Amino acid sequence: MPERTLLCGWGRTAPTRACVLAPEVADDVQRALAHADARGTVARGLGRSYGDAAQCAGGVVLDMRSLAGIGDVDQVTGEVDVGAGASLDSLVRATLPSGWFLPVTPGTRQVTVGGAIAADVHGKNHHVDGSFAQHVAGMTLATPTGLRRIGPSSDPELFWATAGGMGLTGVVTEARVQMLRVETDQMLVDTDRFVDLDGVMAAMEHGDADYRYSVAWVDCTAALGARRSGHTGRAVLTRARHAARDDLPPPDRHRAPSPPPSTWLRAPRRVPPHLLHTLSIAAFNEAWYRRAPRHRTTELQSMWRFFHPLDGVADWNHLYGPRGFLQYQFAVGPGEGAVVAAVISELADRRIPSFLAVLKRFGPSAPGPLSFPVPGWTLALDMPIGPPALRACLDGLDEAVAAAGGRVYLAKDARLRPELLDTMYPRIGELRTVRRRVDPEGVLRSDLSRRLGLDRGLDRGLDRGLDRVGD
Amino acid sequence: MLDAFGQPQSLVVLGGTSDIAGEVVRTLAQRRCRTVVLAGRDRDGLDRSADAARAAGAERVVTVVFDASDVGGAARAVDDCFDAAGSVDMVLLAVGMLSHQRDELDVERTREIVSTTYAWPAGALTRVAARMSEQGYGRIVVLSSVAAVRVRRANFVYASAKAGLDAFSIGLGEALRGSGVAVQIVRPGFVRSKMTAGLPDAPLATTPEAVARAIAAGLESGAPVVWVPGVLRWVFGVLRLVPQALWRRLPG
Ligand SMILES: Cc1cc2nc3c(=O)[nH]c(=O)nc-3n(C[C@H](O)[C@H](O)[C@H](O)COP(=O)(O)OP(=O)(O)OC[C@H]3O[C@@H](n4cnc5c(N)ncnc54)[C@H](O)[C@@H]3O)c2cc1C
Ligand SMILES: NC(=O)c1ccc[n+]([C@@H]2O[C@H](COP(=O)([O-])OP(=O)(O)OC[C@H]3O[C@@H](n4cnc5c(N)ncnc54)[C@H](OP(=O)(O)O)[C@@H]3O)[C@@H](O)[C@H]2O)c1
Repeated sequence: MPERTLLCGWGRTAPTRACVLAPEVADDVQRALAHADARGTVARGLGRSYGDAAQCAGGVVLDMRSLAGIGDVDQVTGEVDVGAGASLDSLVRATLPSGWFLPVTPGTRQVTVGGAIAADVHGKNHHVDGSFAQHVAGMTLATPTGLRRIGPSSDPELFWATAGGMGLTGVVTEARVQMLRVETDQMLVDTDRFVDLDGVMAAMEHGDADYRYSVAWVDCTAALGARRSGHTGRAVLTRARHAARDDLPPPDRHRAPSPPPSTWLRAPRRVPPHLLHTLSIAAFNEAWYRRAPRHRTTELQSMWRFFHPLDGVADWNHLYGPRGFLQYQFAVGPGEGAVVAAVISELADRRIPSFLAVLKRFGPSAPGPLSFPVPGWTLALDMPIGPPALRACLDGLDEAVAAAGGRVYLAKDARLRPELLDTMYPRIGELRTVRRRVDPEGVLRSDLSRRLGLDRGLDRGLDRGLDRVGD
Repeated sequence: MLDAFGQPQSLVVLGGTSDIAGEVVRTLAQRRCRTVVLAGRDRDGLDRSADAARAAGAERVVTVVFDASDVGGAARAVDDCFDAAGSVDMVLLAVGMLSHQRDELDVERTREIVSTTYAWPAGALTRVAARMSEQGYGRIVVLSSVAAVRVRRANFVYASAKAGLDAFSIGLGEALRGSGVAVQIVRPGFVRSKMTAGLPDAPLATTPEAVARAIAAGLESGAPVVWVPGVLRWVFGVLRLVPQALWRRLPG
């Protein structure tokens, strides 16, 4: 048997071992799918999903990073053909010098195009531009029943089920991405500080439409040592647009946009288990808030500082120590702002520390049945595994989110109670229908799909075992 | 699959009628566990445990019959359990048989106690390790005992078997490093259960519920050794060093 590797997600929880194959061309992928065994196969990009989406215990994981070719951008339409294993970092490095930026970028550039499609990722511009797959003109998808070329108008069911389908409809080998025209590598940023959550939410409701990019950071920590802080819910809102050439100081106006700097720091691999505990997290939040100006407009900031401040430090997830951490991200409708407030106060009351709670307003949904963004609010919180109350607390938050018609983000999930999945994603049946068509043998599966019962109704009895053995 | 908190969705219990195991099943079924395979020798007892598992939230409960005095049958019993469950997130080994002073120097009793408490479990765990390695992940929880840490006269046959099982499990955990499969050794003190019925409480006596809570917390923390109650870790840190002459006279 080929070498097996222990894999985990960005949160470093629940590692499992699989046989990792690294296809170099689409045919290799097709062959791997044809020869998959009972434990199944799934694609893996850069492993930036937090949980177990890019793992397949005991089965085969296709490491897609070698399919990383990047074509020339069509200078008229802005379309570019990219291998699904190419990172958004390498893509933007290739296209920015000629003035083309990523149409949608998550908080890190270290994700692959395939991963961006499979999770249908969103950025700070969701309220204006939608999610990543809405900027994909077409793609090549390797399925157990053959290689298919699909797009929003050719086999739309399969195309949209793949957008957000977490790798369960097939393996994307190549995609045509519609890039965004920009004149510079600078952003014009407006920053505002708010003493409470209501203030920042009102400002976002009223002002977001004037900006292409908008996101708020909310302090969810109770004050250092104190029982419950009046600081909980204070926020820093940053909103921005791309700077035009004329927005720059004259000497910079004729410089070509320059690609991002490379990583400048690597986090240590071994840290004490409680390095990031309640006190240091509260101190961090305090510093972040203090650093922000009360109100500042049209500050020029580099794209990289604005979009990807964390990309400067490699492997920062190791700072959370051996037990790992998770990110809880949910979305609720526009009238459900109270759920956001309730979640934040619940965590503060239970004294569960969280780094960098990120609040954003989503615009209209993409057509994909599993695409996460729904119009309204989304909140994302990073928290270390450790506080004994955390597990049950998150279960409670799920109930509140589901009751409000909301959902959690599968690309971040590592612990959802499976029974809630169908409530949160009422169109999940459409994914199952598509999977039955393109993968009748049930080859495509992952730890996530097993954990959440996404394969229910599809299995060949392999995961269920035989009833009544030994009776 | 195991979630980020190490909580299982499918569980195999070897010793499915054990009181401690019953509480573990209840605790985990109230969380994520929906598939439970209960293996043991007493068919009626297994059916009662199965009903309790369902009442706690398990959806699919299967029973498997084996007898731990058949040491050669260990692998077969484990295979039956795995085949019934599909993926197995966690195995709890609860089989064991307590000895009493009256069992001393009885060859037949000694053989029986050593088989059920050490030989069968060691064989079964070996097979569990192989099946879980193949799956690429899993948690093995072994009910050892503080008796394994320092053997005392009153139950030395049992205690020696537990000492063997405890040492075996430590070794197995080492052998499985990097495989995605982890071993948790549980060392309870005196637990009020079927096994200790009729015996006077020892100091720091605890309950099956407390053991179950500690195991579930250990799944989350990934602790390789769990003591119940926790203070026994420190108590036995000392007791393990006490001279034999003094140890012999200590109560409990
Ligand atoms: C610091 C940080 C910030 C983030 N910020 C955001 C954010 O702002 N917005 C957001 O939406 N997400 C965000 N994410 C999440 C991240 O964008 C997604 O999890 C993304 O899917 C990761 O891509 P990846 O290449 O690492 O994929 P992996 O994590 O390796 O895989 C993710 C999923 O994609 C599937 N997949 C990967 N490649 C392919 C392929 N070629 N074909 C089919 N399926 C494939 C996998 O099977 C798996 O289900 C963030 C993550 C981190 C670590
Ligand atoms: N109770 C304590 O004080 C204590 C302390 C430390 C450790 N432990 C350990 O914890 C585990 C569970 O004990 P418990 O307290 O829950 O007691 P228990 O209810 O008596 O459990 C013992 C289990 O072993 C099974 N068993 C015994 N002989 C067997 C055989 N030949 N074949 C198949 N199964 C057999 C029993 O089945 P039947 O129901 O059919 O008898 C029962 O399921 C044991 O390993 C024990 O050593 C207990």
